[in-house]
Amino acid sequence: MKKEYTHVQAAHCENGVGVGLLKHHGLDFITEPLVFGMGSGIFYIHVPILSINNGPAIAYRSMPGLIFSGTSKSLGIKVNRTKFRSEIKAKEFLDQKIKEGVPVGCQVGVFNLPYFPPEYRFHFNAHNLIVYGKENGNYLVSDPIMETVTKLTEEDMIKVRFAKGPLAPKGHVYFPENVKPVSNDTIQKGIIKGIKKSAFMMTSLPGSIVGVSGIQYTAKQIRKWRDKLGPRKAGLYLGQIVRMQEEIGTGGGGFRFLYAAFLEQAHPYLKNDALLAISEEFTKAGDLWRESAVQMGRIYKGRINNEQADFEVCADLLMQISDIEKQAFLKLKKLKLK
Amino acid sequence: MKKEDLPQDDSAITNIFREVMYVKDEKGKYTTGLSKGWEVKKSALDNAWDDIKERSEEARLAVKNGEKSPIFYFKELKLMDFTILSSYTGFWKFTIKRHMKPSVFKSLSDKKLSKYASAFEISLNELKNFKG
Repeated sequence: MKKEYTHVQAAHCENGVGVGLLKHHGLDFITEPLVFGMGSGIFYIHVPILSINNGPAIAYRSMPGLIFSGTSKSLGIKVNRTKFRSEIKAKEFLDQKIKEGVPVGCQVGVFNLPYFPPEYRFHFNAHNLIVYGKENGNYLVSDPIMETVTKLTEEDMIKVRFAKGPLAPKGHVYFPENVKPVSNDTIQKGIIKGIKKSAFMMTSLPGSIVGVSGIQYTAKQIRKWRDKLGPRKAGLYLGQIVRMQEEIGTGGGGFRFLYAAFLEQAHPYLKNDALLAISEEFTKAGDLWRESAVQMGRIYKGRINNEQADFEVCADLLMQISDIEKQAFLKLKKLKLK
Repeated sequence: MKKEDLPQDDSAITNIFREVMYVKDEKGKYTTGLSKGWEVKKSALDNAWDDIKERSEEARLAVKNGEKSPIFYFKELKLMDFTILSSYTGFWKFTIKRHMKPSVFKSLSDKKLSKYASAFEISLNELKNFKG
């Protein structure tokens, strides 16, 4: 029964774990864009007042865990999730699953993740990886961000599974159960559900800080930062945006390309040509996100003189992005699919 | 973004891994490509680290000048905010703030100090004897 786990590299860790686990259970059609789209991974929220790492608090994705849960639910797959108070129980559970030959997803903090580049080790607790075995007391780890598999000692594994702070993993492990073959009809429905949910969340949630209006909110804030915070701190804030936006697999440009790829892959299932045209719009939005990062980079690197006019250029780009995405999501919302 | 435009700049991930990006191939279809880094991202990360180093240095001087306790310094050095430190130690935010006063710090029991030492992953002695 035991089947060797095959490493999957992905742009985003949670997608990657989803693809890896579902593929392992025989769902060969699954791809990262499909997981991301069916799980409605794309999102935007700018939380006012709150600051993270001394910068603005912006999230580009839905709550951790929702992508995989959403996709699995659409495909009729139950996901077993367990959290622990006791480190010992958490370890025993993981070891037991390994013995049974079941690869499991683990939520971890990256601050103490030894194989991560030191520059990336902040107190970020919603990273995901797969543990698929144990050898000479070391866990065999497939981290979707990495190109190849890696290992963690027992001690390190406990540390990263019990990292503390916001979104503390509390030893969180998860794996799909009783996976059955999935029909094309189910996949189609899952895709439609994912699209409709994202279109709703990006355009129809009330308030000015979420979805496409959230992007406008950020633009408005950027216009104020230089006067409010001074040129240096305003520059650091922009740096923070770029880091969250273009960090490994998260955020701005990367997510738009991923979403565009999802719509392209949805096309053969739904056979609606409008999807391809809308996919192009997300590609355009992704290119603009990257352009905004370049523009912000010029400011925090001090290459141009960090004038108010330069901040206005960044803000204008975000306004343009917000508009493109609004139109694209509204089209998706109205689209008669099936 | 087209596959040929995928940046390949030296960065923190270079030599550790290359990251996956979704890009367009020559036929305009989506595919994946690997990038070893992007200069724009690298400088944002470098900037953040410069800021962290600057803040730790300021914190070190504050301890040296007797304005703050070592807890203030190690919190900065280990990139923590009050929420994170509070979650590791079990102390409330205002308690931690009090512990950052040198006079209060001196009177803390070893038991309380050990909680900080383990949160910072240093020895009790290191924490107690840090002079800035």
